[in-house]
Amino acid sequence: MEIKVLKDILSANDQTAGRNRALLDLKEVTAFNIMSSPGSGKTSLILETIRVLKKQVRIGVIEGDIASTIDAQKVVQEKVPVVQINTGGECHLEAGQVGRALESLPLDKIDLLLIENVGNLVCPGEFRLGEHKKVLILSVPEGDDKIHKYPLLFSIADAIVISKTDLLPYARFDIPGFLKALKGMNRRAKIFQVSCTTREGIGEWAEWVRSSMSE
Amino acid sequence: MHELAVTQSMVNLVLEEARKGNASKVKKINLVLGELSGVVGDCVQFYFSLMSKDTIAEGATISFSTVSTQARCRQCTKVFEVKESDWICPECHGVSVELVAGNELFVESIEVE
Repeated sequence: MEIKVLKDILSANDQTAGRNRALLDLKEVTAFNIMSSPGSGKTSLILETIRVLKKQVRIGVIEGDIASTIDAQKVVQEKVPVVQINTGGECHLEAGQVGRALESLPLDKIDLLLIENVGNLVCPGEFRLGEHKKVLILSVPEGDDKIHKYPLLFSIADAIVISKTDLLPYARFDIPGFLKALKGMNRRAKIFQVSCTTREGIGEWAEWVRSSMSE
Repeated sequence: MHELAVTQSMVNLVLEEARKGNASKVKKINLVLGELSGVVGDCVQFYFSLMSKDTIAEGATISFSTVSTQARCRQCTKVFEVKESDWICPECHGVSVELVAGNELFVESIEVE
């Protein structure tokens, strides 16, 4: 006997993500899921965003890593609430882990939640967390070809941040070629070029984050 | 890389559907995988053999149906297969396209007794 199923394999995760989203909406918290390869500058961008916006909005952070609390310790220095999730080997955050982290955050005192996913350009794309916006960071030293090699994340991101632009004189990164490929794949994504070292582009990025909160 | 979590979700879904259908044995699982999902069939097969042990799905075969990446041009409405990540319309060379297939990841049906 054949039973028709026609159900998405990750529907259980999607349901949990839906519950997270409902809780965030109830508490009027806007959540950003920040994804990239390891070492592209997710934590640096989060720290810069906090520095620019913390006087205007109340920020909370969830840090996702396979192991360690190194990133959470950096965020604590900025005096914002942070929860570290250690996935213990899993290569991405799942909605259930974020749901448990939300229980540990003072959501009534947070307007903006920055979720740093596990460094990985493949798996986080499949798992919704309940976020309002997906952000993908690609750093200049990684190369512009990554959009062709890992198309899923580039096609679903709401914003794409090209980071470490201060390294453009030293690394080959064809920005016009990258933007052309991106336009074909994802025309709605906002694009930012930033350097957390020179702080170029940080203001524009932070302004987009702030304006997205009232959407 | 994320096949472990994907396979666990698939096993849970299959067992739930089999239970609803009062099945005593799952013989076959028909899966649909889009190219863009990045899920590797061999890995799913391997994890499945471990995770289905001592369940009614133990020994079931998995049939993979792969869906290629298809996009529709917003300018001339042509639907084309995206090859080697070339997301530009082959007809009018438009760069504004939308994904119509390729990110599937679902259980189409199960065969039970």
